[in-house]
Amino acid sequence: MDSDNDNDFLDNVDSGNVSSGDDDDDFAMEVDMPSSTERQLETDDYQYKVLTIDEIVLFQRETIDEVNRVVKLSAHITRILLNHFKWDKEKLLEKYFDSSDDNTEFFKCAHVINPFNKLPEAVQQRQTSRSQCEECEICFSLLPPDSMTGLECGHRFCLNCWREYLTTKIVTEGLGQTISCAAHGCDILVDDVTVTKLVPDARVRVKYQQLITNSFVECNQLLRWCPSVDCTYAVKVPYAESRRVHCKCGHVFCFACGENWHDPVQCRWLKKWIKKCDDDSETSNWIAANTKECPRCSVTIEKDGGCNHMVCKNQNCKHDFCWVCLGPWEPHGSSWYNCNRYDEDEAKAARDAQERLRSSLARYLHYYNRYMNHMQSMKFENKLYASVKQKMEEMQQHNMSWIEVQFLKKAVDILCQCRQTLMYTYVFAYYLKKNNQSQIFEDNQKDLESATETLSEYLERDITSENLADIKQKVQDKYRYCEKRCTVLLKHVHEGYEKDWWDYTE
Amino acid sequence: MTAPRRLRKELVDLQESSLKSFRDIKADDDNLLRWTGLIVPDNPPYNKGAFRIEINFPAEYPFKPPKISFKTKIYHPNIDEKGQVCLPIISTENWKPATRTDQVVQALIALINDPEPEHPLRAELAEEFLKDKKKFVKNAEDYTRKHSEKRPAD
Repeated sequence: MDSDNDNDFLDNVDSGNVSSGDDDDDFAMEVDMPSSTERQLETDDYQYKVLTIDEIVLFQRETIDEVNRVVKLSAHITRILLNHFKWDKEKLLEKYFDSSDDNTEFFKCAHVINPFNKLPEAVQQRQTSRSQCEECEICFSLLPPDSMTGLECGHRFCLNCWREYLTTKIVTEGLGQTISCAAHGCDILVDDVTVTKLVPDARVRVKYQQLITNSFVECNQLLRWCPSVDCTYAVKVPYAESRRVHCKCGHVFCFACGENWHDPVQCRWLKKWIKKCDDDSETSNWIAANTKECPRCSVTIEKDGGCNHMVCKNQNCKHDFCWVCLGPWEPHGSSWYNCNRYDEDEAKAARDAQERLRSSLARYLHYYNRYMNHMQSMKFENKLYASVKQKMEEMQQHNMSWIEVQFLKKAVDILCQCRQTLMYTYVFAYYLKKNNQSQIFEDNQKDLESATETLSEYLERDITSENLADIKQKVQDKYRYCEKRCTVLLKHVHEGYEKDWWDYTE
Repeated sequence: MTAPRRLRKELVDLQESSLKSFRDIKADDDNLLRWTGLIVPDNPPYNKGAFRIEINFPAEYPFKPPKISFKTKIYHPNIDEKGQVCLPIISTENWKPATRTDQVVQALIALINDPEPEHPLRAELAEEFLKDKKKFVKNAEDYTRKHSEKRPAD
């Protein structure tokens, strides 16, 4: 997809003669023809690019140049302005032209001295008396003017203090684009050219470059770092949206939230879910396994001794009850150890009450366990890739060609894809209110889940080199079925988003 | 090293300026990075006493901000029981190397005289300050009488 972009770009730049435009288009069509339909779909759908650090820096420069072709300021000022507007060039230009009568406020908000104004008086005064020594307000030394420097705001400090100040901000505080002048109460920002000029240490400069590149990516709505560990690529998209993006490092993630690609559930619900799991799951697992609620006041009780005669410690309650049946203690008498009252109505009522209290937890655990189960299985599928690779090699030695055994890898690919989708269907389902459509969704989910499990079973157990020919058809049929069911499920959920079928519990 | 030269000059300047509300300014004999001084507030309920503070300068001063702590107990929404004070001018984000200690002290005195309950360090005092000013003033006065140092005669 990248190459297509580049072609377009080059075409536009190279073809100086407009008349050849049609020919170029035809030519481009022909070039595109051999590409697979899948690739074409992705290209037409959402054209994103994976950028290296150098490309990010280049993109940053291009953005600055582009704005500068209109506003015609120094590049270092434009950079600060762009950073102020979170690298949204349209917004910058809009505000710039809105304030074209009086742009004092425009520059002030961005913490830049208005380049169209004359120099502030302080600077002019100093400039006229440049021959005398100046005092640096940081180290209090008297120094000749050529050892002093400052920004457009007119506050001047000695070169040593500047270096020390900038180094502290960059190295210990990790500031890049947001370092301001060292003068008391001055919020004018230090531009990148000044930093590079005043900081001689190469390591500090590298760190500074990293910081401003990072803030560029993080501010820019059309960029996101690949969240994979140690990956230094960023993804650049045409418009910010929840979309599946595939980094060059192999990681697939959602552009909008940076989580693993989580179709069919939406970012906001996934975020809620992850938070809930982080907060709750360990605790609630423990609570479910180790505690019960007092049948009268519902306070949570942990049983810390062997006796089943419980006395609620809630001072307002002090209810006596049986841990086993949750019925009142009194009728148990001395034969409590048999708990022969187990089936009595009273005890049943108490258990029902507890059941209701626990049901929301049980509901959560239901979805949580299935979600975790698919997540665990996905981790195991990595092992499966290895064993499938081995089987494929074996088969090639048993008179099968390379192409004939590729179906196995494809099957594992689809298995993983289905598991990932299934995993997120449980997050979707957790927040979903029951209605007719949600029942169709659950049927789809059930169908996909059972097909996926069967496929998983085939791949793990049933394939040996002897039965290969028999099972190949079976595996192929099954993965095609899984793929189809997965598409059906996703399409149905997406249709629901469009037609507003889904009601949520929260 | 920038710190010693600048600190010596700042100390002399502050001592010579003879402020009414910040007196008795001294650096430790063996440590120029640790100063003490006496805050003498003008506004009630703190104008019946004086408060000893300590200013600790880091070795990287003035590229990193000084820290201030109260040695005298004070009933104030912006100063906690340990004597720590929340003063924006000396927070890492706001600190400027060209900010002088006298400016820091002026900001501190202003905060003592006029508490800022919007950013409290002691929420319960801030609440009292906002909801029951009379009670707050009385408590602070009692507390000042009990714990603070004597104000200088002149």
